[in-house]
Parts: sequence; structure tokens; C-alpha cells
Amino acid sequence: MTAREFINHMLVLPEAIVLFGACVLMLVDLQVKSERRIGSYRMALGVLAAAAAATLFMLFVNGSSKQYLFYGLFVADALSHLLKLVCYASVAAALIYSRQYLLDRDLLRGEFITLLLFSLVGMMIMISASSFITIYLGLELMSLCLYALVALNRDSPLSIEAAMKYFVLGALSSGLLLYGMSMVYGATGTLNIVEVARVTAQLAGGASDRTFLVFGLVFVVAGLAFKIGVAPFHMWIPDVYHGAPTAVTLVIGSAPKVAAFAMAVRMLVNGLPDLAQDWQEMLAILALASMAIGNITAIAQSNLKRMLAYSTIAHMGFMLLGLLSGVIGGNRLSMNDAYTAALFYVIVYVIMSVGAFGMLLFLSRAGFECENLDDLRGLSKTSPWYAFVMLILMFSLAGIPPTAGFYAKLAVLSAAVTAGYIWLAVAAVVLSLVGAFYYLRIVKLMYFDDPREGAVAPAHPELQMRVLLSANGLVLLLFGIAPSMLMNVCFEVIKAL
Amino acid sequence: MSNAPLLSLAIWVPIFTGLLVLAIGKNEGGQGNARVRWIALGGALLGFLVTLPLYTKFDLQSAGFQFVEREVWIERFNVFYHLGVDGISVLFVLLNSFITILVVISGWSVIEKRVSQYYAAFLIMSGMLNGVFSSLDALLFYVFFEATLIPMFIIIGVWGGPNRVYAAVKFFLYTLLGSLLMLVSMLYLYNKSGGSFAIADWHKLPLALDAQVLLFFGFLFAFAVKVPMWPVHTWLPDAHTEAPTGGSVVLAAILLKLGAYGFVRFTLPILPDASREFAWLMIALSLIAIAYIGLVTLVQTDMKRLIAYSSVSHMGFVTLGFFIMNSYGVEGALVQMISHGFVSAALFLCIGVMYDRMHSRAIADYGGVVNTMPRFAALMMLFAMANAGLPATSGFVGEFMVIMGAMKQSFWLAFVAASTLILGAAYTLWMYKRVIFGDVANKHVGELKDLNWREMLVLTALAAATLFMGIYPVAFTEVMHASVNDLLRHAALPKL
Repeated sequence: MTAREFINHMLVLPEAIVLFGACVLMLVDLQVKSERRIGSYRMALGVLAAAAAATLFMLFVNGSSKQYLFYGLFVADALSHLLKLVCYASVAAALIYSRQYLLDRDLLRGEFITLLLFSLVGMMIMISASSFITIYLGLELMSLCLYALVALNRDSPLSIEAAMKYFVLGALSSGLLLYGMSMVYGATGTLNIVEVARVTAQLAGGASDRTFLVFGLVFVVAGLAFKIGVAPFHMWIPDVYHGAPTAVTLVIGSAPKVAAFAMAVRMLVNGLPDLAQDWQEMLAILALASMAIGNITAIAQSNLKRMLAYSTIAHMGFMLLGLLSGVIGGNRLSMNDAYTAALFYVIVYVIMSVGAFGMLLFLSRAGFECENLDDLRGLSKTSPWYAFVMLILMFSLAGIPPTAGFYAKLAVLSAAVTAGYIWLAVAAVVLSLVGAFYYLRIVKLMYFDDPREGAVAPAHPELQMRVLLSANGLVLLLFGIAPSMLMNVCFEVIKAL
Repeated sequence: MSNAPLLSLAIWVPIFTGLLVLAIGKNEGGQGNARVRWIALGGALLGFLVTLPLYTKFDLQSAGFQFVEREVWIERFNVFYHLGVDGISVLFVLLNSFITILVVISGWSVIEKRVSQYYAAFLIMSGMLNGVFSSLDALLFYVFFEATLIPMFIIIGVWGGPNRVYAAVKFFLYTLLGSLLMLVSMLYLYNKSGGSFAIADWHKLPLALDAQVLLFFGFLFAFAVKVPMWPVHTWLPDAHTEAPTGGSVVLAAILLKLGAYGFVRFTLPILPDASREFAWLMIALSLIAIAYIGLVTLVQTDMKRLIAYSSVSHMGFVTLGFFIMNSYGVEGALVQMISHGFVSAALFLCIGVMYDRMHSRAIADYGGVVNTMPRFAALMMLFAMANAGLPATSGFVGEFMVIMGAMKQSFWLAFVAASTLILGAAYTLWMYKRVIFGDVANKHVGELKDLNWREMLVLTALAAATLFMGIYPVAFTEVMHASVNDLLRHAALPKL
């Protein structure tokens, strides 16, 4: 192996670190006697920090150049580095936020930490996939770990039911995806994404082959929609979000969205850009349905986790607005702007989602599950600072300036208007008005209502959780005042795609 | 001091004072609250002081933007932190900073609950409102425009009356729907103008009539809700009635002006052809607001609701003035906006004074207040007269100018508009009579105490402003002339 080859293979160092770390952790954790698992917890954070350092190092060395590895199965580019960093951050936040919660419920077992790391490996593989096969491998690795995580609290019938539902529907969607991939393979004769793009560009003229490709595309998009969680493939989301322990809901609601976004970019934008007209139309319907169903149904929820689940559906629909506005009548001029908008949206959404579920974990105590709307009543009196953080989170989710959520909405709406989807943009803003109602209701409960009888201020757990939660809210405000930083990074990353 | 970023100071001094107040306001009660109040007052005064040079150093001959500041803000969207004022907007920055001081003083002894949050909300909102009036970049305008919803929502919902939650949510959702449609319109213009959010670029942008019409309605919805115009005014009486006194004052004096300001800053110059095309509609809606809402006002039994409806009617004059599109009309409308800022603020403060003592806003609970509160009755008399449009008060100037402008257009237009002089006098003076005159109605009225020095200070300041504006309106109109003429020249040119 020459030095050059060795350096090239260094590109999988982050994956190697997390995988190796997860394996070692699994073994070490068997020896841990302490119920608090401080060792395992710290080690997991250490693994994440090492992976982040490795990714940053790759970014530093390779910049925005695009490198393929393992005969084109794996790609390392600026997008993969950025999305991996977001994943590490959200997994680390999940660990920090959920520690106290899981300890209280006797759920902080070795499984949680190892499964979390293994699912992270799956996500990283999805993010760096450059072949349909790699995408599928990463997806299954991630999903299987998540199914098991949902059932973490094995004594709770609700969790078991959610895990079953998640597993069955997840397997179905994987099947759809695989079926679609096989048809794309049949039409193009390759699974490598770069090759698929090259062959479809040649095929774009021939009518018969194209039909076959589009038929496969329908299944690919359907499978993708399941994983992203957009209507009408959203049925699993509310049940899984509700049934899983809140700590696991936090995990499911954050990093996997990033991975699913990466999957969409790899398959549709990188792999099938010449079918953009077709998949954009499909995404437009999915986006509209998601925004409508997500926002309207969320109003009727009294359970916070279910409400946030429907809010996720709506947000993912919004994010699709960016993805579907890239190619305008075969013209790819505004592609970068549109995909930048979608990427920005996903990152901001993950920050908001992590924060919102983190808040639920923060407010839950031993023997008390904060999951109903009423549990937030009068929060501004019992703990004004965290009510303020929640206020920022809610206004950001609603897309009100000056919070980051506004610029995310602005960017995707701008992309949609540029692409001529004015009706979609108008529908989106009207539906986000509907959405504003249920976020406002939370602000109302926290600020306008009195605390319930016997409500106590949340026990303040560890320092790191308090700091992280505060930072989480303030970051949204910071990006609300100076959105340029993140937006420029997103643009550079998409430009290098 | 000559090159100091005055507009930035006008925006950020109140906001940072608000944040400071929020940060130190942990220890509620006694000593802590006193400190919070003094800091808030200091911030409000400082905020007003930095706006004074905007008036004294204003170049009356220039129609362009002055005190301009421009920094890149979001490069990806070509958005600038671009501030500046012209003859139209400068007075609103001053008005807003002035009203903020009064709001801070008026809440001094009344607000006992969450004092630091109360003052922080008002100060932060005040800074944002200055931002709205001085933004020359549409996105910056939008961010400030929307962001004001958050503090106002909290103010109504936390310190408001019994039905406050309903009013707060209604207020928020109504205005949000309007502004979201405006956002789409702005994005369309951004796209059409080749990626610019600068309002000045949009003024020059040629647009086809059908596009103008769509944009006109996109903007109309946002601004009509804010003004509010009939028939989307229904949030206002609820919001006003339930808001605490300070909230009502800011709502009436400043927030309502945002919508009207939007018409002159966006609709008229950017969409002149559509504006002319639909001037009839705007005039019709304005006349309905003036005459019909005037009648509705007459039958109100709640004082705050009455003044709220009277605001809708008075704001009808403003939109009427803009859309008859001559210099009397537009200047009259702007004068009316400022005057309404003083008078409605004063009337809401007067009602607040009575409410603090009696905890009732119903007209029927009062009567004979003059016997126990003579000084108060005298001041309120002045404001009631100003609301009815008595000459030598500020209320007269604007209405008279708009009616003159309307007369140039058509006699019947002026005739309907002038009905406000009768209706306005009827509802205001009738309320005044029932509340203030007559025998002492019940023993609670008999126990009323006259104004304390703080209330006296606030009301006297507003009385002085009302009279000054009525007697020497040139001090206000001379600032507007150049910009209004420029605007009208601009709005008269087709840009198809």
C-alpha cells in the first residue's frame, strides 16, 4: 500500500473510529458494575469527539474535493463531512440530554449507548454512500438499531407496540426502496450512483427505457418518503414518537433526518438528476400533503410528543420545497440555491428538534413523564429561563423572526418562488400559519397560565445538560440574527457537490 | 456626534436596555423592582434623546433618505442592514420613542406582576418598531415587522384582562397571516428584481399590471390587517380591550401605523398602476370604516372598545388620504397618523387611569367623575375634543386636510368622509358626558382620587403635544413636504 493509498483510505477513519469504539464499548460495558455507567457514557462521548476530530481533519486536508473509495462505493465530500458533524453533535446531545432521564427510569443500559453508536455508523455510511447498495446497507444498519432502541423499555406495552409498528412499516419501506433500486439497476445496468447519473443522461431521450426508470423512481421516492416521514407515508411517525421513551424519540427525531436527507441528495440529486422533472412533481405532492396533514393534525394533539411528531411531518414537507425547486424546466442554474435551502432547513430543524425533545427530557423527573401539553403549564413562573428557551424553540419552529427557523422557511420559500411554484409557496405559508397556532399554544401554556397545583420547578440535573440546553436555544437566536454563517457554509458544501 | 449611527442607536438602545432589565430582574419584589423601573426609564429617555437629532438635523429640502447606514447582513440573499429615514418615516421614529417613555412611566405603580419582563417586552418592542420605520431593506423590514408580534403577544397574554388568551392568539394569527402573504410577495419581487431586497430598487422595477395586481393584494392583506381596515378589523377591539393600558397605548399609537406606513413605503411607489386601478376599492373600504364603524362606535358600552372602534374609523381617514393620491390627502393622512398616535394614546391612558381606580371599563359604572377628579376631567376633555376633531387640536389638522383632498376628487367623497366630524363628536362626547358629567353615580366614584403626579406628567405631555400640533402643524408638515411630493410624482408615473 503506497502512502497515497493509505491517505485515501484514511477517509473512512471517522467510520472506523465509531465502529471500533462501539465494539469496544460493547465489551467494556459488560464489565461495568456501576448503575450510573459513567465510564461507558464518557467513552461514548470520547468516541464522538474523536470521530469529529477525524472528520474535521479530513475536511482540513481534503477541503471540498470529492474523493471516491472502495471502487466507488463510498464518497467523501464536503457534504458528507458537514452532515457527519451534525450527526455527531446531535448524537452527543442525545446522550447528554437523556442520561438523567434514563438513569431515573433504570434504562441507562449498555444497549442504549452501543445501539446508538451502531446506528450512527449506519447514518455515516448512508451519508457517504455512492452506490445504491451502500445506501441500503447503511439504512438497514441504522434502522435495525433504531427498532431495537424504540423497544428499550421492554416492560412498556406502548413501546413494544411502537417498535413492532416501526419495524413492520420500516421493513415494508425498505422493500419498496429495494424494489425501486432493482428497477433502476435494470434500466441502467449499474448501482453506482455516478454511473447511474451518466447512463440516465444518455437514456433521457429514449422513451421506452425512460418509462421503466420512472417506474423504478416511483418506488425509490416512496421508500425515501417513508424514511423521511412525509405524508402519505407518515403513519408510523406519531406512534413511534409517542411510544418510544422520550430519550429515543429525541434520537429518532434528529440525526436520522440528516441521514435521510443525505440519502435523498445522493439518490435523486446525484443519481437521477435527469429525471428531476419527474421526481420534483412527486415531491411537490408529498410536500403539500405533509404540510397539510402535519400542521392540521398537530392542532388536535394533546400529547406533546405526538404534536411534535406531526410537526416533524410538516417540517419535512417544508424541507422538500427546497429539494423540489432545483431544476426549473431542465435549467439547473438555481440548483445550488435550492439545495442549499433544503440543507439549511434540515440542519436548523435538527437543532430545533433536539432542543424541543431535550426540554421534555429536562422537565421529566423520576416518576413523572413530561409529555402532555398541560405539563408545561405555568413554566415561566417555575423556571423563567427554561421557559424562555422553550419560547425561542417554539417561535423558531413556527418560523417567526428573529429566530433561525424563519430563515430556513425564507430560504425554501425563496427557492420555490424562483422555481415558479408560487401556488405551493402560498399554500406553504398558509399552512405554516395553521402550524403557528399549536406552537403558540405552548407559549400560551407556559406564559399565560398558572402552574398546576403542586407543580414543582424541574429538578436541575447536571451542569452540562443545563448549559447545553441553554446553548441550544441561544444558537437558534444567534442564527436568527446572523444567519449568514451557517448559510454560507451550506452553500459552499452544496457547490462542491 | 454628527456621524453617529443615530438610527442604530434608536433601535438598539431600547433593545439592550430591555435585555439588561430582563437579566437583572431575577429578584422580584421591593427593591429589585424599583431598580428595574429606573433602568427602564433611563433606557427609554436615552432612546428618545438619540432620536432628537434626527429631527433637528433633518434636511428639509431633500426627498431622499437621510442618516443612512448600510452593512452587509446576509450575503447569500443580498440582504443589507440598511437603515435610513425620509420625511415620511422620521416622525414615526420620534413618535415611537416618545410614546415609549410615557408607557414606561404609566406602568410605574400599576404593574406589580413580573415587572422586569413587562418593561423588557415594551423596550424590546420599541426598538423593533424603530427598526420597522427605518429599514430600507425589505427583508430587514419584514424581520422587524414580524418580530414585534412576539412581545405584543406576550404583553396581551400575560398582563391583559380576563379574555386575554383569546385576544392574544387572535391578534397573533390574524397579523401573521397577513404578513406571510406579504413575505411571498416580497420573494416574488426579490426574484423579479434579479436578487435585490432594496426597497429603492423595487421602486424602479417595471412590472406588468397583472403581476402588480397580485402583489397589490398580497401586500394589501398584510397592511389592511395591521391598519386595520374594514372588514379585517375584528381583532383590534378584542386586542385593545384585553391588553394592559401600556399595551393598548403602543398598539393604537404605533402598531396600527405600521400598516399605513406599509402602504406609503411599498404599495404606492412599487405598485403605482395597481394602486390607481384599485384606488376605488381602497376608498370604498376607507369610507365604510369611517361611516359604518363610526356608527358601531356609537353603541359601545365598554370605553376601551369604544376607543378601539374609533381608532378603526380614524385609520379609515388615513387610508382614504393615501389613496386619493394628492398632496393634501397624503400629508393629511400622515398628520392624522401622528395625531392619532398622541390622541388615542392619551385616551387609552385616561381609561387606564380610571380602570386602575375602579377596575371597570364599562361606561355604565361611571358618572360624575368630574366631581372627584377635576384635573383629570379637564385633561380628558381636551383629548375627547381632539378625538372629535376640534380646531386647534391635532385631530382637526389631519382630518381637515384629508377632507380638502377628497373635495378635490369629488364632493360626495368629501361629504361621506366629513360625516366623521359629526359621528366622531357624537360618540366621543357622549361617552365623555356619561362618564364625567352628572351626579356622582355610586360610592366608588365618590371615593376616587385625582391624578397623581406621574399620571399628571404623562397626560400633560400628551396634551402639550396635541395642542402644539393643532396650533403649529407646520412643524410636522414641513418635514414631510419634499418626500410626499416625491412619492406622489413617483406614484403618478406608470411603470408597466
